[in-house]
Amino acid sequence: MRKPEFVYVTYIETTPAKLWEALTSSAFTRRYWWNTEVKSDWKVGSPFALVTNGTPTDVGEVLEFDPPRRLSYTFHHLLNEAAKKERPSRVTFVLEPAGKLVKLTLTHEDFAEDSVVLGGISSGWPAILSSLKSLLESGTALEIPPPCGGIQ
Amino acid sequence: MNIDDFKPAIVYTIYIASTPEQVWQALTSAEFSRKYFFGNAVEVDLRVGGAYIMRTPDGSLHINGEVIECDPPRKLTVTFNVNWPALIEKLGPTLVTYQIEPAGDAVRLTMTESHDRPLSDDILSGGRQGWPAILSSLKSLLETGAPLAVKMAPPQRMLEALKAMGIGTP
Repeated sequence: MRKPEFVYVTYIETTPAKLWEALTSSAFTRRYWWNTEVKSDWKVGSPFALVTNGTPTDVGEVLEFDPPRRLSYTFHHLLNEAAKKERPSRVTFVLEPAGKLVKLTLTHEDFAEDSVVLGGISSGWPAILSSLKSLLESGTALEIPPPCGGIQ
Repeated sequence: MNIDDFKPAIVYTIYIASTPEQVWQALTSAEFSRKYFFGNAVEVDLRVGGAYIMRTPDGSLHINGEVIECDPPRKLTVTFNVNWPALIEKLGPTLVTYQIEPAGDAVRLTMTESHDRPLSDDILSGGRQGWPAILSSLKSLLETGAPLAVKMAPPQRMLEALKAMGIGTP
């Protein structure tokens, strides 16, 4: 039996350096991620947080920071009570040049059994990464209503 | 063939700054599909039971299927059988469903590939590799006017698994 995991691949016409900045700069993430800021000093072992309109929604610890190739952090959701009780899961971004494009692979794994977080992130990541792709390619992020991304 | 026997094996969701009508058009017209579907041209008779085929750039038949559900511009379900000897006998039919839903000013497109039996990760690796490239390019085409030039090696892992089952691969 496969371990439960969520894998999402997308191709973006940009450079690894720009995509790396888009994933790690809070000024950038606010533009495509429902006004969410990523907060970290990005040293391995340092705290990581997602902060939406001033409220921390998810926290973790930086596991890997290898620009512009691999970024990994643990992920513990804080708002939903059931999700809050679960142990942290793990998020990894891999950036690979592919001609004029970058192949971005997101893997979110190491979930608790019957994880409610897995359900939420399965709706959230496609919306977030679609908006990121639009922003990098066309200059305009998507306005996706938060409930479409599994956010109440 | 009973559609209820099919279970989703690959699901890919992507949001596009477009309209449901334009996404429908992109999924059902050869002029569009040639640009984002590795050069393949879709030809579809948009009624239940109508033919759904895809031709490679040299004109040969690549996908041979039929329309199962057709509800423009919301839902299109087709059988999506790669035209390789013994493939359908060994793997059963492949079902592809495109679901198109408004999401604010954008459109949510969900592609689901389903099968009536469990298939190995080796066989599914071809679709897992191909669909993200195809649908990423479709999104770029609709948003910027230009598809992506995705360079991709042939799905070797899948081809070897099919060959081992006695399926005729190119």
